[in-house]
Amino acid sequence: MQTFDLEAQGLRALNAALHALKGQTNMTAWEVVNPRGAHAIAAGVDALVDVTVRGSTGYYCAGMNKLATIRVKGSAGPGVAENMMSGTVIIDGDASQYAGATGRGGLLVIKGNASSRCGISMKGIDIVVHGSIGHMSAFMAQSGNLVVLGDAGDALGDSLYEARIFVRGRVKSLGADCIEKEMRDEHYAALEDLLRRGEADAKARPEEFRRYGSARKLYTFNIDNASSY
Amino acid sequence: MTDLPRTPPRYSATFTPAVNAEIRRAAATGIYDIRGGGTKRHLPHFDDLLFLGASISRYPLEGYREKCATDVWLGTRHAKKPIHLEIPVTIAGMSFGALSGPAKEALGRGATMAGTSTTTGDGGMTEEERGHSKTLVYQYLPSRYGMNPDDLRRADAIEIVVGQGAKPGGGGMLLGQKISDRVATMRNLPKGIDQRSACRHPDWTGPDDLEIKIMELREITDWEKPIYVKVGGARPYYDTALAVKAGADVVVVDGMQGGTAATQDVFIEHVGMPILACIPQAVKALQDLGMHRKVQLIVSGGIRSGADVAKALALGADAVAIGTAALIALGDNDPRWEEEYQKLGTTADAYDDWHEGRDPAGITTQDPDLYSRFDPILGGRRLKNYLKVMTLEAQTIARACGKNHLHNLEPEDLCALTIEAAAMAGVPIAGTSWIPGRTGF
Repeated sequence: MQTFDLEAQGLRALNAALHALKGQTNMTAWEVVNPRGAHAIAAGVDALVDVTVRGSTGYYCAGMNKLATIRVKGSAGPGVAENMMSGTVIIDGDASQYAGATGRGGLLVIKGNASSRCGISMKGIDIVVHGSIGHMSAFMAQSGNLVVLGDAGDALGDSLYEARIFVRGRVKSLGADCIEKEMRDEHYAALEDLLRRGEADAKARPEEFRRYGSARKLYTFNIDNASSY
Repeated sequence: MTDLPRTPPRYSATFTPAVNAEIRRAAATGIYDIRGGGTKRHLPHFDDLLFLGASISRYPLEGYREKCATDVWLGTRHAKKPIHLEIPVTIAGMSFGALSGPAKEALGRGATMAGTSTTTGDGGMTEEERGHSKTLVYQYLPSRYGMNPDDLRRADAIEIVVGQGAKPGGGGMLLGQKISDRVATMRNLPKGIDQRSACRHPDWTGPDDLEIKIMELREITDWEKPIYVKVGGARPYYDTALAVKAGADVVVVDGMQGGTAATQDVFIEHVGMPILACIPQAVKALQDLGMHRKVQLIVSGGIRSGADVAKALALGADAVAIGTAALIALGDNDPRWEEEYQKLGTTADAYDDWHEGRDPAGITTQDPDLYSRFDPILGGRRLKNYLKVMTLEAQTIARACGKNHLHNLEPEDLCALTIEAAAMAGVPIAGTSWIPGRTGF
C-alpha cells in the first residue's frame, strides 16, 4: 500500500505519480490521506490500480478515469468521474452536481445522494445512486444506465437520447421527450447486474424499479414540437 | 389618347424582395432558415482601415533583403510545451461531421506545410487530421463528442470552446443527413437523427468553475499543453479578462463574420459583434491586466488576406485563425461546380447549405460519392499556397511600415476610412487625429 499525504506532497505530485503507473503492474494499491476537498484528485489515471481517498474531494475527482478503481471515503464535489472511460469510482457519501457527466464507460457508484445534473450527457457510463438525485439529471444523456434507488428531481431525462434510466422512488417530473417505458426481461436482468455491481443488491430488487427512456419525438426537428424545447 | 406618365414600381427599403421571400418561405415551411457560414451583412471591417506606410518620420525595410519575421509562440504562460508556429495564421476549429475526412486531411496537410496549426471541432479527433497535422489543437466543447484522455494527451494544445462568433450563446447542430455511420459512432448517437450540441458545458458554470476545469485539464495532461479559451465576439473585454483570470494561456476571440457548419440565419445575422470591434477590447483587457503578449490573443472572423492579418496584428493580436477562407482555398464554392450549384438552387460563392451535406466540392459533406471528388493532397497544396501568400502580403505591409516582425505592427500604423471603423478600431480617421469616443472634435 502506497500512502500519499496530499496536504504535505501536493496534487501535482500525486497525479504525476498515478499517471506514471500506466503499464505497470506493481504498486497497485494507493491511499490518499488529507484530501481536504482538493480538486482533480486522481484525475486522468490510466492503470489497473486501486486508489482510496480518505476524506472528501473537490471538483473533478477521478476525471477521465481509465481502468482504475477509485474509492472516496467521504463525499465528492462537482463533476466526480466526469468523462470516465472505464474502471470503477465509488463514493461513500454524497456527490455534488454533474456526477458522471459525459462518462463514456465504467461504473460510478454513489452511496449517498447525488445533486442536480447527475449523468448529464452521459455516453455509456453506468451510474448507480443509492439515494436520490437532483433536477435535470440525465439531461441529453446519450447511452449507458442511470439507476436510482431513491427519488428523482424535476425534468428527469430532458432531451434524452438512448440512455436508460431506472428509478425506484418518485420522479418529480419528466423532461422533454422522456417517458416511462415497459420493464421487460432484458431490463430486469440488466438491472440485477447493475445493482450487484453497484453494491446495492441487498437494498433493492429489480422489480421495484420503473424504467424511463426517450420517446424519440425530438430526434428530427419538427416545428409542431417547438413548444417541447 | 396619349400615355400618361406612370409611377414606376418602387420596392420598399423595409420589405425588400429578399425580406418578402423569407416571409413566404417561413410561412410555407414553418421552420426558420438554417445555413452554414458567417454573417453576410455589410459590417465595418478591415477594409475600412488603411496602413500609413513609412515616410520621412518612419523608415521602411527593404522588401527583398531585410528580414521581417513572422513566427509566434503560443502558450508561454503556463504550458511546459508551448507551441511555436512559423506564421501567425492558424486554421480554426471545424468538425469532422461538418467536414469530410479528406477535407480535414487537407487542412492538416496545408497547415503543416505552411508551418502552422489546425484545430479539431465538435466531433472529436480523426486520424486523418492528427496524422497530417504537425501541430493540432484539440477542442474541448460542451457536447464532448469523442472526448477522451488519450486524444487530449496526443494533442499539441487544448482549446476550451465557450462560444463562437457565428452564434455566441448558441449550441451546435448537425442535421441527420450528415450523421453517417462513422459520425454516429464517434458521437455515440443514433445514425440519421438531427444532432444537437449543448450551448453550455455540462460540468462547469461561470469563470470560477472554468478556473478549476482548466486546472483539471492541466493535471490530466501533466501541465504540458497550452490551454486556449475561445469565446464568441459578445463582450470581449470581460470575456478576455475572465479567461485570463481563469488561467488561460491563449484567448481566442471570434467575431460574427466567423462561420459555422449550421445554425439559424437569424442567429448568424443578429447576434455578436464584428471582429473589428472585438480586437481592441480584448487587447485592452490584456493590457489592463498586464498580460498583453504574455497571454496570447488569436482573433478570427472574416480574415481573408495578408492585409487583414497585418491589420489584426497591428491592433494587438498575436495571431489570427481562418475557417471560411481556408475552405475556399480548398475549393469550396468554386465556379467549376456552377452547374451543380444551380441544381441546388444557388450559385458559386453564395452556396451556404453546408448542413445539407450535398456540397458539390466534396468538402462539407459525408457523402462518399461527393467527398471522393476532393483530392486532399491537391487541397492541402492549395491551402499551403494561400497561407504563404497571406504571409508574404502581411510581410510586405510590415516592411513598408518599417517593422522587422509582424508583431511590431501597431495601431499607430493605421488610419480609418469611416467613423464607425475609427471608433471600433480606436484609430484616427484618415487625415485627422480624431478617434471617435476617445478624442474631442
